[in-house]
Amino acid sequence: MQSARGLSRRHLLKWTGAAGTLAVAGAFLPNFGISAALGAELGDGDIGVLNYAYALEQLEAAFYTQALQNPFGGMQVNDERILVQIRDHEIAHRDFLKGALGRQAIPSLEVDFSAVDFSSRASVLGTADVFENLGVAAYNGAGQLISNPDYLVAAGSIVSVEARHAAAIADLLRPFSAEAAGRGNVDHKGLDKALLPSQVLPKAAPFIVTEVTAATLP
Amino acid sequence: MTQEHSILSTIEPELADTIVANRRDIFTRYAKAAGVLTSAPLVLALASNQAFGQGLPQQITDVLNFALTLEYLEAAFYDQGNKSGVIPSEYRSVFRTIGGHETAHVKLLKGVLGSAAVAAPGVDFTAGGKYADVWENFDTFLTLSQTFEDLGVAAYKGQAGNLMGSKEVLTVALQIHSVEARHASEVRRIGLKFGWSGAFDKPMSKSAVLAAATPFLA
Repeated sequence: MQSARGLSRRHLLKWTGAAGTLAVAGAFLPNFGISAALGAELGDGDIGVLNYAYALEQLEAAFYTQALQNPFGGMQVNDERILVQIRDHEIAHRDFLKGALGRQAIPSLEVDFSAVDFSSRASVLGTADVFENLGVAAYNGAGQLISNPDYLVAAGSIVSVEARHAAAIADLLRPFSAEAAGRGNVDHKGLDKALLPSQVLPKAAPFIVTEVTAATLP
Repeated sequence: MTQEHSILSTIEPELADTIVANRRDIFTRYAKAAGVLTSAPLVLALASNQAFGQGLPQQITDVLNFALTLEYLEAAFYDQGNKSGVIPSEYRSVFRTIGGHETAHVKLLKGVLGSAAVAAPGVDFTAGGKYADVWENFDTFLTLSQTFEDLGVAAYKGQAGNLMGSKEVLTVALQIHSVEARHASEVRRIGLKFGWSGAFDKPMSKSAVLAAATPFLA
């Protein structure tokens, strides 16, 4: 188990599905007395899905905000212009979802980007690549969980922008490459990935200090 | 069962299984509605003769044939473009990758639709002479490429609500939708633009999409 590796609490997977993994893992973990108070249960049904999206958008918005507050050495004008726009989009997505959720929104998440070297272009763009592609797969997989058609269209309006970001980041990493057109993320059927919350949240968890739980999402 | 197997044999077994399983579910749920032919759109008139052949509800067959028509258009565009010599060498891997995805989308959708699939439309990428230099002038080619990709994104998004009866078909459509968005972003990038036009992509209705595509259908 992860707890046996002696990782600090903040780097441990803090997501759990209905199976109650968290409760099991938690028994092995020291309680620093902070995270428990900051826990966020995403909730049921459409609210759960929107909160799930809201959590991911919070993560992305915080990442780009930090990346632009600590620009890597040799940041080109083109890098900056694109990263600024992406940051602003993620903030708009975050705020849109927060507004849509109203009082049912989860709290602001505490993030942890200590694994990212913000002085390194490769580290920042590589992390952006991970987040954007994770976002695309997450929205693609979450669409089927949405009951309200208006929310589905709203999620669709966000996911294609995330996919546009993913291509732009891939292009910054490898200009005019097959990867910038999707290779590496798109399979031989021409399909992007679609992942369920139970597959996505563990990948996001290393960057989120707050305990995010999704008791009823698949 | 054998028929279903052959219909779905071109797509991944796992996907085929879920579509077959789901088809029963939606068949029951939509049996009444599906018995009534919805008005077939102009370009897709062919489909109405073969309606319902595969046991998918008419509403879903209509959406998939609409999508297939757009994918035929895109696949033909890149097939011709990639052979024409209009694409500068530095961008060829991008357009070869995009063309490969569009061809894969055609194959996938035809596989799901089986005998209910519409035939490939005749195409005229000069749109009656308006874009007469499409195979000689890269700027013209790029303009049409961006048009088709952005149109595809908006078209899939606009149809998502009509696919809510089938979680599996909806998910596949979303997995294509985000690939079109990756393409749109990279094509815009090649045109020295940002890969997006804002934080949220707008959906388009079927009639608006068909109006935009019709000039290219011979």
